[in-house]
Amino acid sequence: MSIADKVIEIITREQHFEPGVVKPESTFAELGIDSLDGVNILFALEQEFKIDIPDSVAQNMRSVSQVVDALTRVMEGKDVSDLVAMAKGENSAPSS
Amino acid sequence: MVPGVRRVVITGLGVFASTGKDVESFFSSLINARSGVRRITQWDPSSLTIQIAAEVPDYLPTDYFPPKRLDLLDRFTQFGLLAARQAMESSGIEVAEEEKPRFGVVMGSGMGGAETFDRGYFNLYARNETRLHPFTIPKIMHNAVTSQICMEYGAQGPSMAISTACSSAGHAIGEAFHLIKFGIADVMLAGGSDAPITYGMIRSWESVRVLAPGDGDPSRACRPFSADREGMVMGEGAGVFLLEEFEHARRRGAKVYAEVAGFGMSSDASHITQPSVIGPARAIRMSLEEAAVNPDQVDYINAHGTGTRLNDAIETQVIKEVFKNHARRVAISSTKSMHGHAMGATGAIELAGTVMALERGVIPPTANYTKPDPECDLDYVPNQAREKPVRVAISNSFAFGGLNAVLLVRRLE
Repeated sequence: MSIADKVIEIITREQHFEPGVVKPESTFAELGIDSLDGVNILFALEQEFKIDIPDSVAQNMRSVSQVVDALTRVMEGKDVSDLVAMAKGENSAPSS
Repeated sequence: MVPGVRRVVITGLGVFASTGKDVESFFSSLINARSGVRRITQWDPSSLTIQIAAEVPDYLPTDYFPPKRLDLLDRFTQFGLLAARQAMESSGIEVAEEEKPRFGVVMGSGMGGAETFDRGYFNLYARNETRLHPFTIPKIMHNAVTSQICMEYGAQGPSMAISTACSSAGHAIGEAFHLIKFGIADVMLAGGSDAPITYGMIRSWESVRVLAPGDGDPSRACRPFSADREGMVMGEGAGVFLLEEFEHARRRGAKVYAEVAGFGMSSDASHITQPSVIGPARAIRMSLEEAAVNPDQVDYINAHGTGTRLNDAIETQVIKEVFKNHARRVAISSTKSMHGHAMGATGAIELAGTVMALERGVIPPTANYTKPDPECDLDYVPNQAREKPVRVAISNSFAFGGLNAVLLVRRLE
């Protein structure tokens, strides 16, 4: 199963969606995924892929394709500094 | 009635407990002296010294909540929501949009999301996992149940959680009563919920040595005021009331179950577990004074009555101290003998029994009473419900930590 398929499977499971709702081009906003749902999905992804997704990278994941891109790069040990830099420009962390 | 003083009435109630998942079945269990105490079924209790509790039986969360919603609800929040739904439904109220800023929620909980805590820490310490689920905090916080009820009904007014161990629900209902009485809110949902039957929690309580062993027949384990009492039994569940300003209720033609007329609270300031006489006595007197009721007008006392050696003897002294000669005439019962000690929910569950006693003119008994104790020599309505008109009743909650809450309810004449 590709990373994209796995990500879609996990989002579908965690959000209790019917199969087919989550598409590769879906954004979190379209899917009604709020900040708390987002951290839950991240947690599930980290468990599934046995990786750590840095908070700064996580903050920039707002669509299925962004998740797949960042995950792929984190897993392959590639540079994610552009994602970190993007994230620093804005703050989308859940408020306390 | 004093002009200009706002009165507060109960126009809806809900109970979710070991002895019944709605008010009718709950009260029917109480007046038939049916206990909800049994061997623990949520997990295997074989390795524990104490293997019994008053569990909500045959409870399947998915019967009541969709999966997405359940992800964020600890068991104690589920119970609170279910009791709140009953309270709303029985009241028939529809809170208009413009009234919602004066509609609030106050819920008591002693333990918060105990099950979520237990599972999370098991993963962390026993299974050496390095992270906890991100919903841990929103599930364990004591105010989770308050906030979830607010969200379900759009209650935007003064809302909070209260945690005073075994008195949590008493304080919560009392605070909600005062918020309405003193003009801060018009409609409040108030009560308590707890789901403390976890391995870690039972182990913790075991070590305090106040739990009844329940060898033989678990349903007879809790025997408040009886000479052979051996301790308390852990319970779980929730009770919630819809409190409403009297004129507000009258305008919409609401059925009134009872008036909340007095609330007394005090702190023993003496010992972290051992109750005093003077603290609880002050709380009872305060409730009587607020309601302008004489001690001899009280028909029924729903006792704290945990079933421990110490509590029941001291509570008896407290009642004698406040009620003097009337102490021998007033009917007293501990329904914990049946629904166990539901911690932060217990005061609300017991007030539900008290309000139904007013409503039906039947006093629920102290179940499992076998023989008189010289230190507990009052009328505890042993084993059999008693038909008797009840006009005024109090419900006692005396917590670990010495924080006392007493609610006084009366029939609206």
